[in-house]
Amino acid sequence: MYDQLLANLAILVLAGFVGFAVISKVPNTLHTPLMSGTNAIHGIVVLGALIVLGELPADAHLGVRIIAFVALIFGTLNVIGGFLVTDRMLGMFKGRSAGRKKPVEAAPNAEAGADK
Amino acid sequence: MTYLVNSLYIVAFGLFILGLSGLTGPKTAVRGNWIAATGMGLAVIATLIKVRDTASINWILIVAGLVIGVVLGVPPAKKTKMTAMPQLVALFNGVGGGTVALIAWAEFIETDGFAHFRPDQSPTVALVIGSLFAAIIGSVSFWGSLVAFLKLQESIPKNVEKRLVKSAKLFQAANIVLLLAAIAAAVYIGLNAGEGTPVWTIVVVLVLAGIMGLFLVFPIGGADMPVVISLLNAMTGLSAAAAGLALNNTAMIVAGMIVGASGSILTNLMAVAMNRSIPAIVFGSFGAGSDAAAAASTDQGTVKATSAADAAIQMAYANQVIVVPGYGLAVAQAQHTVKEMADLLESKGVEVKYAIHPVAGRMPGHMNVLLAEADVEYDAMKEMDDINGEFPRTDVTIVIGANDVTNPAARNDPSSPIHGMPILNVDESRSVIVLKRSMNSGYAGIENPLFFLNHTSMLFGDAKKSVGEVIQELKAL
Repeated sequence: MYDQLLANLAILVLAGFVGFAVISKVPNTLHTPLMSGTNAIHGIVVLGALIVLGELPADAHLGVRIIAFVALIFGTLNVIGGFLVTDRMLGMFKGRSAGRKKPVEAAPNAEAGADK
Repeated sequence: MTYLVNSLYIVAFGLFILGLSGLTGPKTAVRGNWIAATGMGLAVIATLIKVRDTASINWILIVAGLVIGVVLGVPPAKKTKMTAMPQLVALFNGVGGGTVALIAWAEFIETDGFAHFRPDQSPTVALVIGSLFAAIIGSVSFWGSLVAFLKLQESIPKNVEKRLVKSAKLFQAANIVLLLAAIAAAVYIGLNAGEGTPVWTIVVVLVLAGIMGLFLVFPIGGADMPVVISLLNAMTGLSAAAAGLALNNTAMIVAGMIVGASGSILTNLMAVAMNRSIPAIVFGSFGAGSDAAAAASTDQGTVKATSAADAAIQMAYANQVIVVPGYGLAVAQAQHTVKEMADLLESKGVEVKYAIHPVAGRMPGHMNVLLAEADVEYDAMKEMDDINGEFPRTDVTIVIGANDVTNPAARNDPSSPIHGMPILNVDESRSVIVLKRSMNSGYAGIENPLFFLNHTSMLFGDAKKSVGEVIQELKAL
């Protein structure tokens, strides 16, 4: 009976270290998207809502049904909102790093500026 | 089928880790996010497979819940302005915490106060302790995030806000009592797990934790907000992991714990960037010591005001200009105007860089997102450590809506409340132009000696308007 729990605890500890390892090298620039990304990932709680709502017996209280239903809505909100917002923020960075260089006409203008 | 479900879970959290690693670089980040989202999709499908037999009764509710969640979530996620992102992230974080608290509540009722368990459920210890932990932290996170949302949205009147921040000590004392009471109630439930306890006991736990969440964020001042959001994010992650233990669900354990751990690191990184410890932010407030300091240093000489024309000329003939953006820029929505100014300068051969303090904006990295929105190149945004060496070689530094992060007192005045906080060494550049609405001090309420330096000039007014005027002058040159 407790084997399961111990296995789960082992997973918990290892996951903690993975979390530490993954994050340690993130540039400040990406802190907001990263926080937003982890924010989306804890939307995993939607699974809990699905399980609780999905396993409710037919004779369950109306109250529990409502609670589990609201939990499911909240969880879905967290997932959908989280990933979309992260995508939007990251989209802002996309292409900027790879694409467009500075304008080439900079050099002649610089000389003109120096003349004044 | 259990094997299929669990295998899918393993694939799902593999994708989470892969996706998160992608988020650590600008080039792989977008893909990383979608990899993680794919993992989430798989995990949801796996869970639907898992509950397929028993779910027949509640199919309608399940589908309705998912659909409503999507319908409510998409519009704000798509439409919210970039400046308002912090509060949106706070809100989405809050509902995550709320989910956990509600799950724990539902589990409690379904098991008649943890009196009996379903066959595949974890042993009592995990269910009871996991659920109670999830209930407390989830509730704190939900209500705390709501307050954070309201504060960031600036829905709380300024005078109420001030009073809240002033009463920090009171809230903290109350929170210690509340925490102890919540734990006591939880222990009572746990000890009676075999026989079961009435429903109101879990409600007591949830309410106590909820008030705790409110009190936790009430006294937090604006500058500390990013750290608190990150902290709440980490807490939701931890509560998700706890709920995963209770429900014996590996995907929840792994994903929750990764968020908990990475969130804690992120919180700590940010706190370090502000030279504050997390306990100091949660248990002490900035305001207390700084009144005296501010009063003591009012007499610093006079500031030099300048005009847009002057600023334009200075910058046009510079070799290098560094822009130091702060929250004021975000508030004024001036990022596009600043980019336009930078383009003009670059066309005149001036090198323009952006110096971004780790806590500029209302979330870590918020400023980068705003500048990226205005098409500023990723490579032009410099982190504090990379740019600090460049200030002495810089002709003009233009500070837009930033204050405390440029305050040299942090470096050389041991009596200053922010002494020791890493700052941008703006004062080392040959000349400094500060765009500011008025002479009011920054969030920390501290005078900034930078403004009184000989080579500093002030350009008063709304940031966007001022930059717009500078652009006109630049065009006229």
